[in-house]
Amino acid sequence: MSPILFYLFAAMTLVFAIAVVANRNPVASALSLVVSFLGLAALFVGLDAYFIAVIQVLVYAGAVMVLFLFIIMLLNIQAEERRKINLPAYAGGGLVTVAFIAQLWFVLQKFELGKTAFAPLSEKNVDDVRNVGNTLFSTHNLPFQVIGVLILVATIGVVVLSKRELK
Amino acid sequence: MTLTLNHYLFVSGLLFAIGFAGVMLRRNIIIIFMCLELMLNAANLSLVAFSRFNLTPNGLPNYNAQVLVFFIITVAAAEVAVGLAIIVALFRARQTTHVEDINSLKF
Repeated sequence: MSPILFYLFAAMTLVFAIAVVANRNPVASALSLVVSFLGLAALFVGLDAYFIAVIQVLVYAGAVMVLFLFIIMLLNIQAEERRKINLPAYAGGGLVTVAFIAQLWFVLQKFELGKTAFAPLSEKNVDDVRNVGNTLFSTHNLPFQVIGVLILVATIGVVVLSKRELK
Repeated sequence: MTLTLNHYLFVSGLLFAIGFAGVMLRRNIIIIFMCLELMLNAANLSLVAFSRFNLTPNGLPNYNAQVLVFFIITVAAAEVAVGLAIIVALFRARQTTHVEDINSLKF
């Protein structure tokens, strides 16, 4: 991936992620989150992870975001009114975040292995989906089936939670 | 200049920090939930970057990491479905999505 494209998509991801946090209107936040996820999918393409990029767009930018927008509109949430802000909580949250970014910066300065460039792949066009599938169904077959059970449990849980009267 | 692993790790860390700041600073439970998704995606980005960086001996990306990302995306989708169902049930009971109105369990 050329550095220009990397900076473009990284900036897109981060700017719209900030917009998610900064917007007061939940619908605007949800739509910013879609754009942020699309930028992230582009970064995945740049890392030769085509399968992951496609399911990122399908699952996150598609299914999950439709669910978010559906709930926001179902509950009819308006832009929240300004309330008295809890200053110690804001200061604490901001301080921890700034400390985390500073820590990240200094750790990455010391991380020599990460300063080497990415080695080229042996093949020009990697058969990405086939390789992911082979790994998924051979090495990680049991976790894959456990995930199936998890989704079943989540589906039943959602149906039970959505019933009119919880008994 | 060429791209290095650190570029991707820094973007991933910043994305995590933004999501974390959202969880700490926002008071709307749906926005907090979106910020949790941002943090999960930051983890996915570093996993994919490490997968591409740490090539196997035959010169292909390490697909174990990409399978882990696949699992994370699946679990996140299930988590969103259950979480939003809980938020809807909560809204039915209390008519609010503001976390400071839901403090029965607060010490």
